[in-house]
Amino acid sequence: MDAHRTIERAARDSYGRLLAFLAARSRDVAAAEDALADAFRAALETWPRTGVPEKPEAWLLTAARRRAIDAGRHARVHAEAVPTLLAVADEAQDLASADMMFPDERLKLMFVCAHPAIDAAARTPLMLQTVLGLDAARIASAFLVQPAAMGQRLTRAKAKIRDAGMAFELPQPKDLPPRLHAVLEAIYAAYGSGWDDVAGADPRRKGLALEAIDLGRLLLQLMPGEPEVQGLLALMLHCEARRDGRRTPAGDYVPLSEQDAARWSRAMIVEAEQLLMAAEKGGRIGRFQLEAAIQSAHAQRAVTGHTDWEAIALLYEGLVRLAPTIGALVGRAAAVAEARGAATGWELLNAIPADATRSYQPYWALAAHLLKRMQRLPEAEEAYNRAIGLCEDPGMREFLMRRAGQVP
Amino acid sequence: MNYTILIYEGAGDFAARTDPQKQQAYWASWPPYLKALRDAGVFVSGAGLQPPESATTVKLRDGQRLVQDGPYADTKEQLGGLVVIDVPDLDTALDWAARCPRSPERVVEVRPNMLPVT
Repeated sequence: MDAHRTIERAARDSYGRLLAFLAARSRDVAAAEDALADAFRAALETWPRTGVPEKPEAWLLTAARRRAIDAGRHARVHAEAVPTLLAVADEAQDLASADMMFPDERLKLMFVCAHPAIDAAARTPLMLQTVLGLDAARIASAFLVQPAAMGQRLTRAKAKIRDAGMAFELPQPKDLPPRLHAVLEAIYAAYGSGWDDVAGADPRRKGLALEAIDLGRLLLQLMPGEPEVQGLLALMLHCEARRDGRRTPAGDYVPLSEQDAARWSRAMIVEAEQLLMAAEKGGRIGRFQLEAAIQSAHAQRAVTGHTDWEAIALLYEGLVRLAPTIGALVGRAAAVAEARGAATGWELLNAIPADATRSYQPYWALAAHLLKRMQRLPEAEEAYNRAIGLCEDPGMREFLMRRAGQVP
Repeated sequence: MNYTILIYEGAGDFAARTDPQKQQAYWASWPPYLKALRDAGVFVSGAGLQPPESATTVKLRDGQRLVQDGPYADTKEQLGGLVVIDVPDLDTALDWAARCPRSPERVVEVRPNMLPVT
């Protein structure tokens, strides 16, 4: 790993924790973000020359403190926020320079973002931006909205947190369940964002997947018996277990059904299975448990040598009833095609409204695959072209081009 | 931090204030709430408002004063009263808003007060 990547990784590891720390005390997310942004810029300029400091948090907070003073001078942040930010930065610096664990306030920040007083459409994006450091453009593309609209939504939500005086406290136990959904969504979206990077080319994204798992573990400590938290963590671990199996040693993309199960992480699969079993004892099925159960069924191939597509199709049936997302609908069609034939799968795929599928890459990849199996070759070629055109990942693009017969 | 709890009432609530069958229950519901606010030390100020029929709207247009009978907004629920409280954060303010006496038509809105203009 080169110096630049090491630095990016160190920065990314601290971002969410530093922002949560500053925001929890100043109650001003935007001002905390501003103060940190400059600090990170300075780190990226300085650390390649000096190396990553022994206590990166302390270094970043010193830089953030300087920025808060400047911002106060130029009245770029609310005047009231400056003294608070300064006091907070001092406290944080003391903490970071002493040999103490830097307090982890990320869950508090997440539950503030999930507060019912925040616009429902902004909750998950807000967590992705503040805790996980994703930029508005990337979040907008994940939520299929215009970046400008997403930016506005996020700005409004942050202003509301500041102006309405929302407390950065973990909710009372009775208030946890209604806010949990948005928190689970954000962690899963972060994981997905890290997971999409099949090529593993972007270390920040791999970091994101691991940070999502880390947040899942934190959340489980807070709500140890909550089946959906167990389900989400099991789901992420099952997916993460296959990270190495997704590419050949030469770096080519390998679809799940062709992966070498020997390359999957046994330890992660075992942990995921234990979590899923614990979740089942809770007796409350939910979206993430079902998604984890689907991945668990795939993982069985490591033991049995074959995939029970009928069982997977049934699990997708349940998932579509609970959460008819575009991903679940396409997944069900894929499983049904394997279990009951391409034509049956195609019928389900074809029934998904065109509006939802126009720029959804996995839909076109599956459509191409099924059309090819049904010998509808001109249609298959068109679908391959759309799937290839929508690809963000070079490895996946190469794979589809081979499938389409466009390259050997 | 100061918050204002704005209490919006429906026609039924306003009618209950004078309805011989209902007024006793209506008026009995408020003192315990106000007492609780005072006992907790969060009460800053407040006012109950006469019904919307008593309202007069004033607009200034081109320097002219335009006076009209009736409330400004022609909505089903109308402002019936307000309470200003001093609490540490929104959640505590929402807790107090939730304790406001209930009726099917009553809606309560919470707004943070601006800092005093100096």
